[in-house]
Amino acid sequence: MDTQILNTEDFKSDQMVRWCAGCGDHAILSSVLKTLPQLGYKHEDIVFVSGIGCSSRFPYYVNTYGFHGIHGRAMAVASGVKTSNPNLSVWIICGDGDGLAIGGNHFLHLVRRNIDVNLIMFNNRIYGLTKGQYSPTSKLGSVTKTSPYGTIERPFKPGGITIGANGTYFARSIDSMPKVTTELLIESARHKGTSITEVLQNCVIYNDRIFADITDRDNRDDRIILLKHGEPMIFGKNQDKGLIMRNNRLAVVQLGQDGITEKDLLVHDAHCEFIGTHQLLADMDYPDYPVAIGVIRSFEGPKPYDERMEDQIVEVCEKSKIHSVHDLMYSGSTWEVK
Amino acid sequence: MSKQAKVIEIEEVAIRFSGDSGDGMQLTGTLFSDTSAIYGNDVSTFPDYPAEIRAPQGTVGGVSGFQVHFGHTRINTPGDYCDVLVAMNPAALKANFRWVKPDGIIIFDADQFDEKNIEKAGYNGDPFEIEDVSGIQVISAPISTLTKESLKDVGLDPKSILRCKNMFALGIVSWLFDRSLEHAIKFFNTKFAKKPLLVTANTKVLYDGYYYAETIEAFGSTYKVKPADIEKGIYRNINGNSALAWGLMAAAEKAGLQLFCGSYPITPATAILEELAVRKDLKVKTYQAEDEIAGICTAIGASFAGSLAVTTTSGPGLALKGEAIGLAVMTELPLVIVDVQRGGPSTGLPTKTEQSDLMQALFGRNGESPVVVIATSTPSNCFDYAYMACKIAVEHMTPVILLSDGFLANGTEPWKIPDLNDYPDIKVPRVAADTPNWQSYARDPETLARTWAIPGTHGLEHRLGSLEKMNLTGDVSYVPENHELMTQLRDQKVQKVAKDIPPLEIIGDEDADLLVIGWGGTYGHLVSALTEVRREGKKVALVQFNYINPLPLNTKEVLSKFKKHLVCEINLGQFANYLRMQFPEYQYRKFNKVMGLPFTVKDLKEVIIKNLED
Repeated sequence: MDTQILNTEDFKSDQMVRWCAGCGDHAILSSVLKTLPQLGYKHEDIVFVSGIGCSSRFPYYVNTYGFHGIHGRAMAVASGVKTSNPNLSVWIICGDGDGLAIGGNHFLHLVRRNIDVNLIMFNNRIYGLTKGQYSPTSKLGSVTKTSPYGTIERPFKPGGITIGANGTYFARSIDSMPKVTTELLIESARHKGTSITEVLQNCVIYNDRIFADITDRDNRDDRIILLKHGEPMIFGKNQDKGLIMRNNRLAVVQLGQDGITEKDLLVHDAHCEFIGTHQLLADMDYPDYPVAIGVIRSFEGPKPYDERMEDQIVEVCEKSKIHSVHDLMYSGSTWEVK
Repeated sequence: MSKQAKVIEIEEVAIRFSGDSGDGMQLTGTLFSDTSAIYGNDVSTFPDYPAEIRAPQGTVGGVSGFQVHFGHTRINTPGDYCDVLVAMNPAALKANFRWVKPDGIIIFDADQFDEKNIEKAGYNGDPFEIEDVSGIQVISAPISTLTKESLKDVGLDPKSILRCKNMFALGIVSWLFDRSLEHAIKFFNTKFAKKPLLVTANTKVLYDGYYYAETIEAFGSTYKVKPADIEKGIYRNINGNSALAWGLMAAAEKAGLQLFCGSYPITPATAILEELAVRKDLKVKTYQAEDEIAGICTAIGASFAGSLAVTTTSGPGLALKGEAIGLAVMTELPLVIVDVQRGGPSTGLPTKTEQSDLMQALFGRNGESPVVVIATSTPSNCFDYAYMACKIAVEHMTPVILLSDGFLANGTEPWKIPDLNDYPDIKVPRVAADTPNWQSYARDPETLARTWAIPGTHGLEHRLGSLEKMNLTGDVSYVPENHELMTQLRDQKVQKVAKDIPPLEIIGDEDADLLVIGWGGTYGHLVSALTEVRREGKKVALVQFNYINPLPLNTKEVLSKFKKHLVCEINLGQFANYLRMQFPEYQYRKFNKVMGLPFTVKDLKEVIIKNLED
């Protein structure tokens, strides 16, 4: 690790940031810039990879190595980078369309392989760069340019997909909560394996206030729950509401009512292998439930793909008699013409 | 006592072993071919498997064949037509009869020619009455019964006993062509080291087949094919896919780079990925991706990170990779895209060969998207061209498409193991950390290649991407003049590769009127046809293109020496069209076949003679 101490300014690139004024992307960039100096990686050992979309301009704004790919393929490019050189800290930036529509297959397989990369999904539930078409996370009935009468498609939930695909890490933040975002990103970098961080992000032009129900300051604390590993699931402006399990479902309860106390509430166990509760927590949505923010799942179980690859190479090299192409060419059946 | 059969000396022989998928014909053919190669013949082989993994037993769809062509002279093809057909069942006869020479020999397992199998093969009567076998020597041998008889006291179960019948057939053919049994027996001893019973059984059946042939007096003569005049050295057999995989590894070793292959299984390219996957001992990283697109994108990521990156595929996969090849063009990263061509369009004929993708390789992308295109032309030179593809990709910082085909991929030939010191060095255009004023899109004035700064290198942090880049700085740029400049530069960079490739060589008569033109995998057939035509005293020349884009610098000079130009290819004329684009001053005659099969020397000979006269 570098002995030199880096700060946020060190990671800003010289490029002008071209997102719309008021776009949630600015806040996420700022959270990332605050995260990077805390990772213990040198500049040159960090790589940002993106696909296509508004968010995918991101690598140009960070002074690290960066790769702006093609639509939907950031996950595959980044998998190649990390597998090629596991010493790098590799970050994927994608949107909901890039990551879950055109890149949906790569997303699933990234999670399945558990390659040690960190993915930040900017979820604004709309296609911004192509100017306002519905995305795979747009709510059923969303009116957009390509769904003038409302969408007739059910949306994907990034958390449900990640955890359902046996992912080892899923966290969620909101663009307007930059401190939380930074904390979660540091957490995601520490996780060994694929970490998926969904950031609910406001598109001020094509989908403004899509998350307003849960992000407006007046109601926010009643409509989100900040999950922390090992702590009871309490939320609300007055910290007087909680979550319990009832009939195999989560239920919102009022502390003090029906004799319910803090002891009755669920305690968040982000580290367990069992996906059931994580799936339920990731799925919660307003108005039935508070939206879960924080690390929902962080299971340190299976070794990441890239590490296994290195291990296997070492193992096979030790056993094999072939150490060069020359050895290989002379192995097996050969004969001499004299 | 059998009377001594007459020994006839011949120049070359083609034998086709064929039977049901489970009859072990690939092994039989391989053992015969290896024995011949060790004896000193020149050899070329080609397997012909069914597309179905386990097609119904006894049907034509389930026939597996293996052709061995060996000779006292140079052997360039597995042979169009065979001198000997070994048919283990009626379906094998049905599938292969058309390939038997009019004066050939058919050896068949009489036990398998029962009513049920004859019907399954689609014959409605005695196959030897339905097929015109006049002139053909037909040898009926009860191979199954004799195998059972031979092994009745060995102590094997009946199923395992019948599985040895291919060795009885090998014994017969070995006697007929005076081949030693030593190599096969050595093979049994290694293969079945832990099952001595199988060593005994296979050895016994092999000998019994050999003595059976000697005893029955059915063959009027045996044949002797003397060793060929072959360059001294250590040899091994190799097929195109293995040679190609090894060439990639040799280049990585020479360049001091880690080889990374991001790929998705597809026939007939899969064996390259498999071959590389074994080689963890050479630190090769193979990444079996979720699809073709992820295959190439992981390779592009690995290339960015500093690996020698490769992706392998066949036609439909190349189509899927198109957009990502454009990304490699734009980011100017080294990348080798291997396309083992097969019959198309769509899924087409996956197990059959075709020169299907020339146009796709050259032009199948959006925008002005030039890449280097190279084609291999023999199974063993897949090694050399894979090596060169890597060298060019790295030194010129460009994607290279390397075209092989299904015929080369599975065909084998003896290969003199090369000395890797004879292969040129590969200069990696890496940049040292903290190089002052380094710019990501600054270029070598000679090659126009940019440099390769990889993550982990201090002071060279930069961003690459799919958007147009500003010349020198590499910043995103929409400046109209810059886009034109960069488009020109990318094109010129590829054209400058011409300086590093060898000139075209004219084979045959430089003063002939007719130039036969081929590219890629048709070399063996074209050169054989050329030899036969010239043997008749006629003048004709051949050029075979391996470097397609850019073309060798002397291409125009070569074309200008001849009055007539005949382009032969296994498609509807893609290379002829390409030459017409570049050199419109010539009239290109065309000879095309699109049957999923290689050319036959017979067809080529006819067409060359016709064009000599016209």
